[in-house]
Amino acid sequence: MIEIGLGHYLSLGAIIFFLGVIGIFLNRKNVIVILMSIELILLAVNINLISFSIFSGDIVGQIFTMLILTVAAAEAAIGLAIIVVYYRNRGSIRVEDIHGLKG
Amino acid sequence: MIAHSIFFYFFSVIAIFSSLMVITSRSTINSVFFLILDFISVGCLFIMVGAEFLGMILLIVYVGAVAVLFLFVVMMLNVAEQKQSWFIGKKSTHIPTGLIVSVLILLELLVVVGGWKYKENVMTSSTLTISNISNTHQLGLVLYTDYILYFQLAGIILLLAMIGAILLTFRERAGVKKQSYINQISRNPSTAIELLEVKSNQGVKIDD
Repeated sequence: MIEIGLGHYLSLGAIIFFLGVIGIFLNRKNVIVILMSIELILLAVNINLISFSIFSGDIVGQIFTMLILTVAAAEAAIGLAIIVVYYRNRGSIRVEDIHGLKG
Repeated sequence: MIAHSIFFYFFSVIAIFSSLMVITSRSTINSVFFLILDFISVGCLFIMVGAEFLGMILLIVYVGAVAVLFLFVVMMLNVAEQKQSWFIGKKSTHIPTGLIVSVLILLELLVVVGGWKYKENVMTSSTLTISNISNTHQLGLVLYTDYILYFQLAGIILLLAMIGAILLTFRERAGVKKQSYINQISRNPSTAIELLEVKSNQGVKIDD
């Protein structure tokens, strides 16, 4: 309990991943919160990669973390642009109002 | 070691609490603020565990750019008054399924973490950490040599994201005067200049 090992960091990553997934499923508000939940999931993945990198002494995990940060930033920019265009066309980004695909 | 565990529990409790608040807070603005708090506490964890460069990148790029981008969009789109309405209103059929799937994912991940054993002396990678240089120096040594292709591809991804975001949100407005380069370049003195004889006490009428 006092000795902080790899399992503690992996548990933290698992809990944050779980909160991100539950935020995607249970969100009834708007799509921006879904994007934030995706950011939480990517953050949990980064925690896992960095803790494996540190505890196994290999630097490559941190390089992959940097690539994930790049892709996450690109994804946030594109997603927010899509949300802005959708709001401009429809006037609402509530989750229950978005049913154009009849899913 | 005791300070390490105290700081770990401090930052991780803040991270878990703020990510819980991201998905449950009533207004979207509060969600963005808790997302910023989450990024900051996880960045402090990264710095504490020894990945200083990525912790700083997380603080600078995420808190400084991505979270502020979220704030801009939330403030532009006028969604701040849309209140959170979990389990209220019409019944949604995917909430129980979502809860079951999320809890199963958490349980699976925790089982994997609990049953994982670290094997000693199996790492024979060529990029093992050298302990007498700093973290940023190590990253640079590997990133610009072995992983230069991935580095360039990341740059191309960022370029594509920029072009895509501009192209998606670009809107042509009517009545906006723009510069026309070809008309500017193709002017010559015979069409651009007109010589007039100005008579005394009469002035000149231009643009007729």
